Amino acid sequence: MRAATKLALLLGWLGYALLPWYFVEGMSLTEFGWLAGYPLGKAGSALVLALSGQAPWLLPIGVALVAATAVMSSRDTPRVATVLVWAGLAGMVLFFAQGFAIALENQGIPWLAVLLGGSGATQRGMGAGGFLAILSLLLLLCHGLAYRGVCRGDLFTTSSIGIVILLIGLFIFFPVATILRSALVDQAGAFAPSAFVARFFDSSIWGLGCLSANVNCGVAWNTLVLAVLTGVITTLLGLACALLILRTGMPGKRVMRALTVLPIITPPFVIGLALILLFGRAGLVSSLLYEWFDVPRSRWLYGLPGILLAQVLAFAPIAFLVLIGVVQGISPSLEEASQTLGAKRWQTFSTVTWPLLRPGIANAFLLGFVESMADFGNPLVLGGNFEVLSTKIFFAVVGAAYNQGQAAVLAIVLLAFTLGAFWIQQRWLGNKSYTTLTGKGDAGLPTPLPRRVQWLAGLVIVPWVALTFIIYLVILMGGFVKTMGRDHTPTLEHYRTGFAIDFSRGIFFEGAAWNSFFTTLKVAAISAPLTAIIGLLTAYLLTRQNFRGRSSLEFATMLSFAIPGTVLGVAYILAFNVPPIEITGTGLILIIAFVFRNMPVGVRSGIAGLSQIDKSLDEASTTLRARSFTTLWRVVLPLLRPALVAALVYSFVRSMTAVSAVIFLVSAEYNLATAYIVGRVEAGEFGLAIAYSSVLIVVMAIGIGLIQLGVGERKLGRRKVVALSSSVSDPINQGAVS
Amino acid sequence: MTKAGPASVEFRNVSMRYGAVTAVDNVSFSIEAGKLVTLLGPSGCGKTTTLRMIAGLEIASEGQIMIGGKDVTRLSAADRDVSMVFQSYALFPHMSVIENAAYGPTVKGLGKEVARDMAMSKLELVGLKGFENRFPSELSGGQQQRVAVARALVLEPQVLLFDEPLSNLDAKLRRRVREEIRELQQDLNLTVAYVTHDQEEALAVSDRIIVMSNARIAQEGAPRDLYEQPANAFVADFIGDANLIDVTVKSVADGRAEVAIGPVSVPMPARGLGIGPAKVAVRPESLLIGHEADAMALPGTIKKCAYLGNHLDIMVSTAVGELFVIQYGARDMLEPGMPVWLSFAKSGVTLIPPV
Repeated sequence: MRAATKLALLLGWLGYALLPWYFVEGMSLTEFGWLAGYPLGKAGSALVLALSGQAPWLLPIGVALVAATAVMSSRDTPRVATVLVWAGLAGMVLFFAQGFAIALENQGIPWLAVLLGGSGATQRGMGAGGFLAILSLLLLLCHGLAYRGVCRGDLFTTSSIGIVILLIGLFIFFPVATILRSALVDQAGAFAPSAFVARFFDSSIWGLGCLSANVNCGVAWNTLVLAVLTGVITTLLGLACALLILRTGMPGKRVMRALTVLPIITPPFVIGLALILLFGRAGLVSSLLYEWFDVPRSRWLYGLPGILLAQVLAFAPIAFLVLIGVVQGISPSLEEASQTLGAKRWQTFSTVTWPLLRPGIANAFLLGFVESMADFGNPLVLGGNFEVLSTKIFFAVVGAAYNQGQAAVLAIVLLAFTLGAFWIQQRWLGNKSYTTLTGKGDAGLPTPLPRRVQWLAGLVIVPWVALTFIIYLVILMGGFVKTMGRDHTPTLEHYRTGFAIDFSRGIFFEGAAWNSFFTTLKVAAISAPLTAIIGLLTAYLLTRQNFRGRSSLEFATMLSFAIPGTVLGVAYILAFNVPPIEITGTGLILIIAFVFRNMPVGVRSGIAGLSQIDKSLDEASTTLRARSFTTLWRVVLPLLRPALVAALVYSFVRSMTAVSAVIFLVSAEYNLATAYIVGRVEAGEFGLAIAYSSVLIVVMAIGIGLIQLGVGERKLGRRKVVALSSSVSDPINQGAVS
Repeated sequence: MTKAGPASVEFRNVSMRYGAVTAVDNVSFSIEAGKLVTLLGPSGCGKTTTLRMIAGLEIASEGQIMIGGKDVTRLSAADRDVSMVFQSYALFPHMSVIENAAYGPTVKGLGKEVARDMAMSKLELVGLKGFENRFPSELSGGQQQRVAVARALVLEPQVLLFDEPLSNLDAKLRRRVREEIRELQQDLNLTVAYVTHDQEEALAVSDRIIVMSNARIAQEGAPRDLYEQPANAFVADFIGDANLIDVTVKSVADGRAEVAIGPVSVPMPARGLGIGPAKVAVRPESLLIGHEADAMALPGTIKKCAYLGNHLDIMVSTAVGELFVIQYGARDMLEPGMPVWLSFAKSGVTLIPPV
């Protein structure tokens, strides 16, 4: 048995015999009241609990560990392998069996509980001990497989594959499966497919009343219409902008580049908030129009027009980023070839340029479509009576009429939409090469745009850019005036409410926002590196290792891309509210939610980065006797720095701006900045909300800068590879859902 | 540190399959310790896969691979005492020359100083002293190639593998580098397996050549044997140029055959063939052009004649098809349409089986 396996075994014993098996509330490292009764009691270890007869069903797990320990000093590798595989496998099965079978009262699986000797018993959620034990059992299984020659006997590879699969299974598949299950049961918890059918085909989802009578249409149609409109408009804007910037002498390239970074660091609902301050009933523009032209104040903003406007402003830069890449990818020599064959400008555009653009345009449209579907903040702030799926899910969970089944059904509908769009994107565009970059120097000059297209494009983007500027001006200024739109007296009052610090007795963070602000920073700072590690590790396994089931793993990670935040939030609250994993209301669930929400971005940037690193470098390292971990650490990781930066920056920033998933998961103790701001908006405290938002934006800009400095550039001789400007924005280019 | 010295390599009925595709089909051969053996063949013949199986980068689907008499079939690359020089060199771009060369001993945990010393001695060996702090991107192609060789040599592997090491160098440099590789191999007494698709390179450096075609071994032997005694049409055509002519063996006696090539009859070694249809491989320089009618020679007419400096490339059409002839030395150009008579030299005319 190798040293690594012994270490894994040690971990297992640590978790089983020493650490508290269950999750203990009120655990702290300074006060030890929670330890009362140790090794029995609520902080008891599994070994003692099992032997004392309090939890006999934990005994078999220990037996698995004993079996593995028995072969510890054996030199007979095949026998050790067999024992490890069976001990690990049996241990894991027993672990999950007891976890799911014996839960709270009237939950769990009674017949299995009887079988395990825990009939009628209850237990709480797993804690540190349980976690270490399952990790150890998994590692034992993976090491056993490696001893058998799986993955060429590489412990690191088999273990990483095992860990990644377990994590994805626990934190993506299990919650989503829980949603499906919740959709199929009635309020009392009994299996009721008829209730599912009734809920699924409810007119509040699919009704078409708005076409004939004056009632609201089904929420699914609302969402669909909004998403299609957003997709079309953002794509057109992005295309117009990309063409103008690349194909005309229009100034402002830098400005446009900067504009594309803004949506990354702007919490999604802030645009909606700024729109309220501008165009709401008491907004700046509305007031001016009323005072000067007697235009009556109206509520036109609340509903489809407002949400659409906000989403277009928020997501058009993403479409622009996608399309500028596509337009750049069209080799000028193709157009020159067309011209030398006698085609006019317009003919060239319509017969060469446009067909080459088409797949990119489809891609941009799908991105806008999916983003709009998944958007939660803007519909929440601007929705009014216009409901979309994400907000309706939210109100089904947190509203007065708590309806878990309905939330689950709505989540399934939303998931089906996004998965459908994602599937089309993969199917239709996945294998199409729609750039014509060859790697050869292309010396041609791009054809200037036909005049008509120029005019059209200019007409569209000038108002857009102007509005974006006004909006950010409002965001920055809004915090410094009393009430935007009514009373423009300069004041620091909002900042004082939120961020006051009392220096009279040491430093005391007095402001109302500090608590959520620090929690946000902490959670983002913890989850970003975890996301990067898991994402890049998964990318490495997917691209560089060959193992059975690799394509399934790839599919699973891609699938997690298409899960909207709202769906994930609901899934987490349904799945992790009860044992065996009972972590709602803790900071841990926020971290886990962020890690698995952002993991696909890490995977994508990892895959993109790895595809640029020639596989022969790995092989060279291997033939020089380096094991896969050494290769990863010394060769791949240093070359992967840009991808690492991208993954870190992106998951950090997204953790700070995300609303949809976490709004279900925050608690009084662990509140997050975005959830707090949404709360202020709902309470009508726009000043504080906008002040807090601008603080967030500034903090994120600083955060991005710091991470870039910290990770540094890739050193390849004297030539510096400056990949940051593109790599930071790249995941946006690729990330599908926010 | 004591080293095992060069080791032999042996393949026993090794196959490699990727799904339905068979990249290497039931191949057996052995490489003696301290010899340089070339795997030669056109692209897609399985030679690189064979090399990667020696390295352990691919695990054989079937069969047994022995290095130094030890079965290594299931061992991963990191567990075999084998190093490889890659076609792309695969130098780590983020490490300096010395860090690249010291990589092997470093990851083996030999300590910084030891690793550095080992790397320096090999860099000196390949003539790169003074370049150790440069990065690969700051070196020329030839220098990068030497770094790759030095890096592979540092651990003094039992077997050293080269995967088309010269393909990224220009033609002039190729000749020099291949001589250096050969000298290095002989001086250090290394077992080397060398993959190339260039037959001239293979003839120049090898102790023995294994010619591969369609995932199988077509022939193996010393360079001279392969050139002068090709076993089949593929080898005759692939190593050097050859005119392949369909012929009939009229009679065999005392190991010599009387062969009808078109209208003429030529005696040559029978090489175990009997009476009946066969093929003859004729090297272009073994066809001698005569300008007067000769009953023992094959009549034909000049089709094309091209001047290539030290020789003439000539196409002659005859009763047995168009034949390719090379004439060395400063000869006069031949006009198309001119009648000629082709006779056969004593060497370079080989009887081979019909298929």
